[in-house]
Amino acid sequence: MNNSKKQLREVVIKFAGDSGDGIQLTGNQFAETTALFGNDIATFPDFPAEIRAPIGTVPGVSGFQLHFGDTHIFTPGDAYDVLVVMNAAALKTNLKSLKPNGIIIANISGFDSKNLRLANIPEEENPLENNSLHNYQVHKIDITKLTKLAVAEYNLGNKESERCKNMFVLGLVYWLYHRTMDKTIQFIEQRFKKEPIIANANITALKAGYNFGDTTESFTYQYEVAKAESQPGLYRSINGNQAMAMGFLAASLNAELPLFLGTYPITPASDILHELSKHKGYDVYTFQAEDEISGVCAAIGASYGGSIGITTSSGPGIALKTEAIGLATMLELPLVICNIQRGGPSTGLPTKTEQADLMQALYGRNGECPLVVIAPSTHSDCYEMAYIAIKIALEHTVPVMILSDGFIANGAEPWNIKTIEQLPPIKSNFITTDADSNNYMPYLRNANLSRNIAVPGTRNYEHRIGGLEKENITGNISYDPLNHELMVKLRAEKVERVADIIPPQKFESGNEKSSLLIIGWGSTYGSIGAAVNELNNEGYDVAQIHLKYINPLPANLEELIKPFDKVMVAELNNGQLIKLIRDKYLKDAIGINKIQGQPFMVKEIKESIINHLNNA
Amino acid sequence: MHNPESIDIFTPKDLETDQEVRWCPGCGDYAILNSVKKILPDLGQPKHEFVFISGIGCSSRFPYYMNTFGMHSIHGRATAVATGLKVTRPELSVWVITGDGDALSIGGNHLIHTLRRNPDLNILLFNNQIYGLTKGQYSPTSEVGKVTKSSPVGSVESPFNPLSLCLGANSTFIARTIDKDAKHQQEIYKRAYAHKGTSMVEIYQNCNVFNDHAFDIFTDKEIKLLNGIYLEHQKPLIYDGGKKGIRLNGLQPEVIDLEEYSQADCMVHDETDKTKAFILTQFFENHLLPRPFGVLYCDNSKPTLEGGMNNQIERANIVDKKLAFNSLLMTNAYWEVK
Repeated sequence: MNNSKKQLREVVIKFAGDSGDGIQLTGNQFAETTALFGNDIATFPDFPAEIRAPIGTVPGVSGFQLHFGDTHIFTPGDAYDVLVVMNAAALKTNLKSLKPNGIIIANISGFDSKNLRLANIPEEENPLENNSLHNYQVHKIDITKLTKLAVAEYNLGNKESERCKNMFVLGLVYWLYHRTMDKTIQFIEQRFKKEPIIANANITALKAGYNFGDTTESFTYQYEVAKAESQPGLYRSINGNQAMAMGFLAASLNAELPLFLGTYPITPASDILHELSKHKGYDVYTFQAEDEISGVCAAIGASYGGSIGITTSSGPGIALKTEAIGLATMLELPLVICNIQRGGPSTGLPTKTEQADLMQALYGRNGECPLVVIAPSTHSDCYEMAYIAIKIALEHTVPVMILSDGFIANGAEPWNIKTIEQLPPIKSNFITTDADSNNYMPYLRNANLSRNIAVPGTRNYEHRIGGLEKENITGNISYDPLNHELMVKLRAEKVERVADIIPPQKFESGNEKSSLLIIGWGSTYGSIGAAVNELNNEGYDVAQIHLKYINPLPANLEELIKPFDKVMVAELNNGQLIKLIRDKYLKDAIGINKIQGQPFMVKEIKESIINHLNNA
Repeated sequence: MHNPESIDIFTPKDLETDQEVRWCPGCGDYAILNSVKKILPDLGQPKHEFVFISGIGCSSRFPYYMNTFGMHSIHGRATAVATGLKVTRPELSVWVITGDGDALSIGGNHLIHTLRRNPDLNILLFNNQIYGLTKGQYSPTSEVGKVTKSSPVGSVESPFNPLSLCLGANSTFIARTIDKDAKHQQEIYKRAYAHKGTSMVEIYQNCNVFNDHAFDIFTDKEIKLLNGIYLEHQKPLIYDGGKKGIRLNGLQPEVIDLEEYSQADCMVHDETDKTKAFILTQFFENHLLPRPFGVLYCDNSKPTLEGGMNNQIERANIVDKKLAFNSLLMTNAYWEVK
């Protein structure tokens, strides 16, 4: 069948269905294929905290949002062009974000009386029947039935046949956007290597979906989105947690030290453990501890022994690690603490994103206990920020906290691969060579105030360290009042001196003469960047600063902020970085805050900026 | 070049640090410190390969007084710190110094999981049945009815039976000794060192300030023979100077008078028998039975944690790691932009 082809610059698709429908897999496959084709992409998986919430209900809806285009893609998109829904609950949850005249692909079987009831929709108000969707292009397809017919030849059970329906949908969307199925066919063959019948059934469903698009006339257009212009190089698609794991691995190889991850499973950080546990051959120890406290303490033990101790968690787990982080601060041992933030407080919103642990990272310990705090700004940026975290921890003998979040961790984007040779060298402060006599002073400092750490097993370096206050230089226990004050200031100054090695802050957009400055940190980079770009294209003059180093702040930040009368701080919390900016620079900044477990929409930031500009 | 044989010889005196020992005069901790110092030079391992890691409490000051590597960590977590060290540096001899509050109260979770994982650590649990450092509250090993600052009309809590707890956590080595018996301590510490796996040694330690006389029944000349029984592998359970023995009536241990019965009637100690070890830990619950001292259980067959982890790492070992890493970055579908 010859459909007309329509050229588009960018598209936002949302796949939504029950959490048992294989939505994440479908979305990931489409994303990989699209990235491989050469589009720029941004993805946003959004799933319930329950592993199997009641089937067909609103809390059970799992979604995967994908934004792709021929231009730089900043965010997963504010609203969808296409909404694929496997059941009534998925439509109910997602319809509000579909653009006017957007495409709906709906699975008719997911709107039967049972599914309507589960979604709390009265049967007489079936949205596929009652004309309430007249503002959209609705394609009602009995995906369940068509899939079952397509795979009938394999004599699978009812459930197993039905399970292939996500592949039917994927095939259809591949056809719609003129994509090849090769990557997914390879993937299916690999995944079901030991179950060839299941593999063949899934491939058949995939092709059936594709052919359905090709042979029926229900779609007027097939769409094409051209490749994006990118820097030359090798690319792959990577999500934040994968990038984090790879960055840790790279640092361990360049430092030539074993990596020890002590951790306890927690959403959304566990995937870093899963990834690193696959790579033991690189001298990687992964220790799934009995609790968060044991995870970080074992990492401290490993650092003490001359390895790179790291621990990964999310807010509730970080809270439990607090005392041990204080110990590492006192011992002045290298330690990397990775917080994949989620909605809080308490158990909060485990699978939703939030940036509300900044104050916890900066101040959440007893005593004067500063540590280095850094925040990757995109999914792929986690690679270099994880690397830098280890570099700082080793070279400055200090704990480093990385603040990622659920959005960065699970979302993916194309990444211009940086091989290990392209990363800066790392030199640890570990002493591992025997001495002739013991005159080691554990708390004697180097120029950057780091200390040299003699590791156990090194002859004539026997010494004792601990959590009690240290006497300067000797490291012996000291309760001397002036010594305590000196040590508190030395530890703080050591952290401050990390500013000497971090890159100077720059404007992402605009300059010191722009009419307004917006400051963000961490995962909001894409939304703020897109908003500022759009505003500047519309004739505004907005400057953007995005912080990746929060403690210490870049040394030149003050001079960049100073000239502005209007400073805004956008963050996914109730106002945390803004307190730091006000405190440090005495700027009367205005906050843009969202605490809904969801990333910023571009339009939300634009509106806030315009409002403030108009409030002259 | 030095001759490593001679350079690594050291004496108990070499283990003294320049730090003044600050335990209360008369504290049982001194005797334990001295016994550990006494045996270390005999173990055949150089001084710089010993590491003592402690938690918080009076006993946990121990590392400051021992001229090896040492860390005074945080309350209850010494076993976790030691585990991270031991798995990454299996050649080191790692000792955990802890107390009844540190190991059994705040650190209880870490203790049981350490035991089930079985890293080759030597845990010395100084049990004085009281909180000393915080100046006298009841501990998880204090007896019911204990009057302390925090239980002025007597504690209503039942104490742990520490070695039974450890055996329940699948400990591969449990032993009990006492501060006043230097010779026995030294024998037990050497056994703990020799055991490959986590060695759990409960040491009855007198706190002469907040819980004096807690263990008098095991140390006073007149009565100690009646209250303690010293275990020897493959030997019958005999005590009270050979006058009494223990026999098994089914699974029930009972005291027998050896003027009436013979040694052949006695239960024979077999430290590899877990069922018998369990029975021995239960003597604690029965005041008619003497308290066993010595190695109650020793199982050398269970693999160590560091053995398992390092085996997996060695089996997966990649020779050119940087080269392999770069191709790892490209294993998932990648594409080139020219």
